[in-house]
Amino acid sequence: MNPADLELALGLAALLFVIGLAGMLARRSLVFMLLCAEIMLNAGGFAFIVAGARWGAPDGQVIFIFLLVTAAAEVAVGLALILALSGQGRGRPKGLDADEMRRGGD
Amino acid sequence: MELIWLVPAFPLAGAIALGLGRPLTGKSAGILGSAAAGLAAAAACLVACLFVAGGQVPYTVSLWTWLDLGAASQAIAFSVDALAIVMILVVTIVGFLIHLFSIEHMAGEEGYRRFFAYMNLFVAFMLVLVLAGNFLLLYLGWEGVGLCSFLLIGFWFRDRANGAAARKAFLVTRVGDVALLLGMLLIAASLGSLDIGEASRKAQSAWAPAGSSSLAMLAAALILGGALGKSAQLPLHTWLPDAMAGPSPVSALIHAATMVTAGVYLVARANAFFALAPQVLEVVAVLGAATLLYAGLCALAQRDFKKILAYSTMSQIGYMFLALGASAWTGAVFHLATHALFKSLLFLAAGAVINALGHERDVYAMGALAKKMPLLFWTFLAGAFGLTALPPVTAGLASKDAILARLWYVGGDARLLWWAAMAGVLLTSLYTFRMIFLVFAGPSRRGGVGASSHEGELGPSTTIPLIALALLCLVGGLLDFPRLMGGRPYFGAFLAGALPTAPLPEADTALDLFLSLAPLILSLLGIPLAWLIARRGLERRDIAPKGALPAMAAIAREGFGFDRVYAFLFVRPVLRLAGKGVDFVNLASEGLRGATMRLSGLLRSSQDGRPRRYLGALALGALLLLAAVLI
Repeated sequence: MNPADLELALGLAALLFVIGLAGMLARRSLVFMLLCAEIMLNAGGFAFIVAGARWGAPDGQVIFIFLLVTAAAEVAVGLALILALSGQGRGRPKGLDADEMRRGGD
Repeated sequence: MELIWLVPAFPLAGAIALGLGRPLTGKSAGILGSAAAGLAAAAACLVACLFVAGGQVPYTVSLWTWLDLGAASQAIAFSVDALAIVMILVVTIVGFLIHLFSIEHMAGEEGYRRFFAYMNLFVAFMLVLVLAGNFLLLYLGWEGVGLCSFLLIGFWFRDRANGAAARKAFLVTRVGDVALLLGMLLIAASLGSLDIGEASRKAQSAWAPAGSSSLAMLAAALILGGALGKSAQLPLHTWLPDAMAGPSPVSALIHAATMVTAGVYLVARANAFFALAPQVLEVVAVLGAATLLYAGLCALAQRDFKKILAYSTMSQIGYMFLALGASAWTGAVFHLATHALFKSLLFLAAGAVINALGHERDVYAMGALAKKMPLLFWTFLAGAFGLTALPPVTAGLASKDAILARLWYVGGDARLLWWAAMAGVLLTSLYTFRMIFLVFAGPSRRGGVGASSHEGELGPSTTIPLIALALLCLVGGLLDFPRLMGGRPYFGAFLAGALPTAPLPEADTALDLFLSLAPLILSLLGIPLAWLIARRGLERRDIAPKGALPAMAAIAREGFGFDRVYAFLFVRPVLRLAGKGVDFVNLASEGLRGATMRLSGLLRSSQDGRPRRYLGALALGALLLLAAVLI
């Protein structure tokens, strides 16, 4: 992998991370915030793989596997929580609004 | 010697018992209060007898240490000298008679027990004031009587006007009290002692060499400030006419006989400081003369029975200040004593008249009461003769004569003050007899407040004090009778141990005759003039005044507008500021509070629980870290 490709790949990782961060900041729904967190995680994972490929080290791929496991656990717990919360709301699942949850969901 | 503590202890115990004793109902409260005052009077007489028998040696009884401050410790100590003896006799005897009078006079009033509790407390504080050997204890009594005055002026507190009068009295005298406090602090700071005798001696050695040093003048002026406030002298006099809102016995005891003369006592007690500041002494004399004439003119125009007497009190205290200013210390104290007798008599008789007429206080609505209320008339007349210094009543005659003669002998510019005092004599006669003619003579008026009234059943507890005070007025002056009429200055000689005295010049019969006859003739001249004024006022009482003279009378009735000026200068600005909620004292603490709130608000916003803010801040922080690493 030549240095020019490395810069391109890292730029893609940064772009992915910024998209995830922007979504996290802009969205109010917990489901989308969770999705954005996944995007940011993937951006980080992508950067690891690129770095591993550039220097020919297996560590990058190892850490990506770890990341995948963490992400899977996060999704499992996060989705379960979201489901539990949305089950409480009557009609519109307003329990998913992070700002409203801060105010006590009234 | 050790008995002196009993004198203030009796009324204090009475006040506590009356204050706590709920079961005391009906007249038992009055009887208990009077008994406490009577026991104090008996103790005072005993102390006085022992004092005279013991060769009139002043002594101090230290009861206990009040403030243990090392070198600046203050003791509760009563010091007994001739001046204190005179004062405790006046306070307890007149006080006892007034208590006795109140038993029946105040019967049926709401708060009967409260009344006697306050009265007893007042007597106790007044005794502390006059027995105090140091300025601090004197100040305790000074403030205590002020408090009791406040409580008793506002005795009928359900009427808002009475509460306002009480507050006014409290606040106006407070101006003087602050001056007195500053004077005390000055004395303590520069002389290192608050003991009156010791401070006086130190002042003479420390301040005298420089002639009249500015410190001595300042100390005397500040003490004078306190005296002016308490004694209702110009310019701190405005509270006394309003103080008449209280019951008549209160006016008799506090606002005629004892508390208002405390200023005179204070100046006499602190005479050493005034002797070092002759300029201040001149101010005392001039203020006394001004008050004397001012209050006389005001009294001449009043319609309220008690306010006439209030202005009269002010005017008579003006005489005392005049005497103090002329260094006639014993003359001032003698007039204080006789004034306590005749003025309390006048107030008690006036109170009985007002009660008999169903709380009517307008003199134009009275009239022809002499036949219906013979006892009140004759006793009132005895008091009035004392006030105008007419024989055969000796009380006022002797004391006023002494002051006038002393003023004459001072000579120089003081001759001018003598003329002012003579004008005051004429004014006194005018307003006194105008009042007598309006109240007791002439036709009965107004469809009969006076017509259907009579003395009613005056019980012995009312009549005995009146008659006793009248008799005391008759003979009281004999203690210090003018030498022209073969009198001897027993009183002056008695006080010589406590106050500096200067002997009168060699007797000159012609001059003495002139000095005694001139005021007498002026007083007699006032009687027919007063008749004219009373009749004219009566004829015109219901028509709107026109012309210069009635307009002036209207101004004098309002006390020459002092109230308005003070309201404009002090009361209204303060009220306006208060209305706007601007409190300068609070500004500092409010500012501190506001700054703390704002700072904590800043910190609080980092903890507001909004995930997006946290996240934004996190991202920003990461960006900054990144920038710091890269750059």
